[in-house]
Amino acid sequence: MSEENVIKVVELTKKFGAFLAVDAISFEVKAGEIFGFLGANGAGKTTAMKMLIGISKPSSGEASVAGFDVYTQTELIKKNIGYMSQKFALYDDLTVRENITFFGGIYGLSRSTIKEKIKVLVADLKLENIIDQLVGALPLGWKQKLSFSVSLLHDPKIVFLDEPTGGVDPITRRQFWEMIYHAADKGTTIFVTTHYMDEAEYCDRVSIMVNGKIEAMDRPKRLKEQYEASNLNEVFLQLARNSNPE
Amino acid sequence: MKRFIGFVRKEFYHIYRDKRSLFILFGMPIAQILLFGFAITNEINKVEIAILDHAKDATTIEIIHKMASSKYFSINRYLDAESQVEGVFKQGKIKAVINFEKDFGEKLIKEGQSTIQVIADATDPNTANSITNYIQAIIQQYNQSINNNQAGSSQVFMQTHMAFNPEIKSVFMFVPGVMTIILMLVSAMMTSISITREKELGTMEILLVSPLKPFQVVLGKVVPYILLSIINAIIIVLLSIFIFKMPVQGSLILLGLESVLFIITSLSLGILISTIAETQQTAMMISLMGLMLPVILLSGFIFPISSMPLPLQLISNTIPAKWFIIIIKGIMLKGVGIAFIWKETAILIGMTLFFMGVSIYKYKIRLE
Repeated sequence: MSEENVIKVVELTKKFGAFLAVDAISFEVKAGEIFGFLGANGAGKTTAMKMLIGISKPSSGEASVAGFDVYTQTELIKKNIGYMSQKFALYDDLTVRENITFFGGIYGLSRSTIKEKIKVLVADLKLENIIDQLVGALPLGWKQKLSFSVSLLHDPKIVFLDEPTGGVDPITRRQFWEMIYHAADKGTTIFVTTHYMDEAEYCDRVSIMVNGKIEAMDRPKRLKEQYEASNLNEVFLQLARNSNPE
Repeated sequence: MKRFIGFVRKEFYHIYRDKRSLFILFGMPIAQILLFGFAITNEINKVEIAILDHAKDATTIEIIHKMASSKYFSINRYLDAESQVEGVFKQGKIKAVINFEKDFGEKLIKEGQSTIQVIADATDPNTANSITNYIQAIIQQYNQSINNNQAGSSQVFMQTHMAFNPEIKSVFMFVPGVMTIILMLVSAMMTSISITREKELGTMEILLVSPLKPFQVVLGKVVPYILLSIINAIIIVLLSIFIFKMPVQGSLILLGLESVLFIITSLSLGILISTIAETQQTAMMISLMGLMLPVILLSGFIFPISSMPLPLQLISNTIPAKWFIIIIKGIMLKGVGIAFIWKETAILIGMTLFFMGVSIYKYKIRLE
């Protein structure tokens, strides 16, 4: 793991009218790190991520992704990141091959590169039997693996995963995380939002967002020690209780 | 029971808070009743006519006065020669020309009969028919009045001529209308549905995070529909020429260019709808209710605009289809060139720019 910071965020804020969705958050992510961005639904995770991937303009604060500014260089950011959303997002009515070709194409990969990539994917994921099947006919676990592979197609420096494992069984989730480790080993930085706290244990470092603020950020092990908790879920509940006295 | 009432109350909250369904619940019936009550009538009202009076004697002036004082007609201008007739029809405002033969009054007294020729613009057969019926009634009244006052049996006869569409084939009216509806459907509805489909699936987000620029995404979505619509337009024109024997009097190239313009207008409307609608269902509802009904009822396709009450006439001006129907009727049936339809063309271009502008504005707000 190098010490270069590929994501730098300083006091980043997003307001919708009077509502502070993201309240002056600051953090850094190192190259090759698996960074877990945790929080309950509505805590502001997705809003913060949207600012980093260039589809939402920050209200104030500073941020750079892969060395590019989120205000002025969103086009360059987009070329250098991959993205997989919480909604499953390949075309159901296209085959696996057609989907890969399409998404490779919009990232400007040449035909020969795409063919090469398909070959590698078929070998790695054992896709021989399904490469020419319609995506709609595949089980959800497969779709998610494919979706992740597609987001890595153009060898991005950073890949943003927004709740990537929603709705799948624990075994498939485990397999999915193996793919994430594999990508991280090759030097890709992983920025992943989730509200599965067991999943968060797999991350190198996590931040926990509550009501638009980052309330805690460290290695999972150190957080557990600090909050004297046996797992991250307890850490999370403590933080949520403190900010929401009911 | 209490639980049930609570449930019903909740249901009312849903309806009350969803302004869209509230609009459909109450807006639709009101709109329908008003439309069917007012627009859908074959009565005519202040139709603009022109007079070609070769006699200019006391009798013709009396008959012209009767027409002018009825609420059905308003006299737009007086012509001097037959050669002007085609020109005024091509401009499109005047729906009929009343032609009095030479020595009209003299003949009526001496020979006991004289003839009025009514030339109606039959590109809209319904209106043309109504106009001739009303004029016939006025002439009959006149005949009765002269025969009561003075003994004798003088008669004014009426001769009709249906310009541009002598057999008053209604297919001539339906072809432009159907062409308009189909282009509108394919272009506006299909684009709005296909764009909202990407939104629903979540693929739109992926596309927006990709290096593709938003306008490239939208352009990529609409280009296939432009091509499909052009093919559709060609098929309709070929069908009307070869199956319905409908002549295309004007330039095919101009017809093609105007059709492409209208396709682009519809597409930009489709894009606008997709910026408002979040789901495919909503997009379809807006397209059907917001586009199809007005096109069918208010574009002049079935019911003559000139007979509608003023508010509906004003609303009809905001419907792109109305202007396109005027344009294609002009080109196909009257054989007019751009000089006669530049105004309608400019209106369509203006509408297109407006729809695109609003879409871009709405998109920017979403980014903020």
